[in-house]
Amino acid sequence: MSATLTQTWYMTQRQLMAYWRQPVFLLINLIQPVIWLFLFGSLFRKITDLGGFGTGSYLDYLVPGIVVMSALSSNMWAGMGTLEEIERGTLNRFLTTPVSRGALMNGNVVSQGITTAVQSVIIVALGKLGGADYPGGITGLALLIVASTLLGTVFGALSNALGMLVRERESIIGINTFLLLPLTFLSEAFMTPSLMPGWMRHIADFNPVNWALVAGRSAMAEDPDWADVATRGGALLALALAAVWLSTRTFRSYQRSV
Amino acid sequence: MAPTTGGPAPHHLRTRALAVETNQLVKTYPGGVKALDGMELAVESGIVFGLLGPNGAGKSTTVKILTTLARPDAGTAAVAGHDVLRHPGRVRAAIGVVAQKSGADPVATGRENLLLQRRLYGLRGAACARRADELLARFDLADAGNRPVKGYSGGMCHRLDVALGLVHRPEVLFLDEPTTGLDPEARAAMWEEIARLAGEDGLTIVLTTHYLEEADRLAERIAIVDRGRVVVEGTPDELKGELRGDAVHLELSEAVADGAEPPLRDALTALPGVHEVAVDGRRVSARADDGAAAVPTLLTALERAGAAVATATVARPSLDDVYLRYAGRSFDEAEAAAEAPVPAGAAGGVR
Ligand SMILES: Nc1ncnc2c1ncn2[C@@H]1O[C@H](COP(=O)(O)OP(=O)(O)O)[C@@H](O)[C@H]1O
Ligand SMILES: [Mg+2]
Repeated sequence: MSATLTQTWYMTQRQLMAYWRQPVFLLINLIQPVIWLFLFGSLFRKITDLGGFGTGSYLDYLVPGIVVMSALSSNMWAGMGTLEEIERGTLNRFLTTPVSRGALMNGNVVSQGITTAVQSVIIVALGKLGGADYPGGITGLALLIVASTLLGTVFGALSNALGMLVRERESIIGINTFLLLPLTFLSEAFMTPSLMPGWMRHIADFNPVNWALVAGRSAMAEDPDWADVATRGGALLALALAAVWLSTRTFRSYQRSV
Repeated sequence: MAPTTGGPAPHHLRTRALAVETNQLVKTYPGGVKALDGMELAVESGIVFGLLGPNGAGKSTTVKILTTLARPDAGTAAVAGHDVLRHPGRVRAAIGVVAQKSGADPVATGRENLLLQRRLYGLRGAACARRADELLARFDLADAGNRPVKGYSGGMCHRLDVALGLVHRPEVLFLDEPTTGLDPEARAAMWEEIARLAGEDGLTIVLTTHYLEEADRLAERIAIVDRGRVVVEGTPDELKGELRGDAVHLELSEAVADGAEPPLRDALTALPGVHEVAVDGRRVSARADDGAAAVPTLLTALERAGAAVATATVARPSLDDVYLRYAGRSFDEAEAAAEAPVPAGAAGGVR
């Protein structure tokens, strides 16, 4: 067990290092949220006049939206990295060493989780710099980050499974481009549910992206609705576990297809 | 000792410890490609063993099974005395693998790649760093060791791949086509390195290649594989000695008519010291006890049959001839046949 933990750490370290050394990724994952914050923030600035946002400043409302959308969009690409490691022969090289098979999978999950958490913290800090107000304090922010990290885990694990299964860049690109905007806009990322059409609200109830938003925003409120946090957070956790389980199964089937 | 065709290794071989032993390995990939069809190998410890065969013969599949990556559909295999299916962990600890694509991490430095690899075998700390330095120096990568691998030349990457396979001092080292895609200079360097490795105490090297010359040069014993099975096994000299005499190739100025081929072949086979005559259009090939002496006789016989000869060549037997003899087709033909059909879903194609 302790060997698995140590090896998980080696694998995590390796992934994080690769991430740091490729400034393009860093740039995309940090510049993009800034652009979104700025664009959506300017575009919808007056929308809070309609009421129902629980705040007079749209930026307050927007920050969790951008945190969650960024967690979704960056983790969706995890499968590309896995695909590259398969094609390059790296994964097979590790599989011929005594490294624990679990550590290979866990390394992906943990490093993606760390990256998502760091990215979320940075967006929250940028929001603060821009003048956003977080009435729920540090607890609320921490729970938002947990929720976005869980959501990232769900989509990171699914993307990895897809990469191992289809082994085609086009499929990952296609699915991601197809899913990102509907998943984001069929949620209360940018719009309060009271202003959403009824059918959209119903769909949003089944959208994990929305679960992360409801959990995060509820926790960040001045007077948090802990029941909302617990139900949505619990659902996310269950889904994340299921997704990781699925990608572990896919990993096994990959090993059989080598 | 005569080369053995297919079948298990002769009994006297088994008395020495076997580094690799396989028994009737069968592997069919999804889509119905039968990659292995009764692969039988017995590799003694401490030698360089060559698995020679054209593309698609099943070499990499054999290596994948022996290195615990893939599972056979049937048959058994043991490496360093451990069964690959029952004790994969023990096998992994005992082997080093240099695959066709070993995938060193491009953003990590050569040294970081080595350190991580070493840690995966359970060593940490200063000993780890020492081993990495030792290997960097030995593979002429000392200067490049702290640079990211993505800046390495093809030859440097290849040397790093071999270093990665040696990091934990394995008992059995698998080299899957170690010189494919290398320029002649890098290939010569790699040959030298493999020859050097062969001298290491107790290290067994299983080398796959589709270069006849490479197997001839590096391997103490060779198994020629074709269509997923061993067609013949022995030392390079045994294999070549098994062929009777020199190869004589004649090119006629005009193709022989279809119906005239069999009588011409019979006429030539009847000549003293000439065997295994094959006539195919403009090409006539034969074995001769003494090639130089047989050429005039062959020319006269052909002239009498009304066939004019454009060129004649005599060659000492090569592994190519051995392959032709045992696999029933030439190496080039087999390579061409392997390239023609690309089965759907063959491992992750890069587009
Ligand atoms: N992962 C795979 N999926 C499907 N077919 C495969 C796979 N790997 C190899 N094959 C097929 O199995 C046969 C043997 O391949 P391989 O062992 O790679 O040959 P070699 O290494 O001798 O060139 C080939 O026909 C090849 O196309
Ligand atoms: Mg191969």
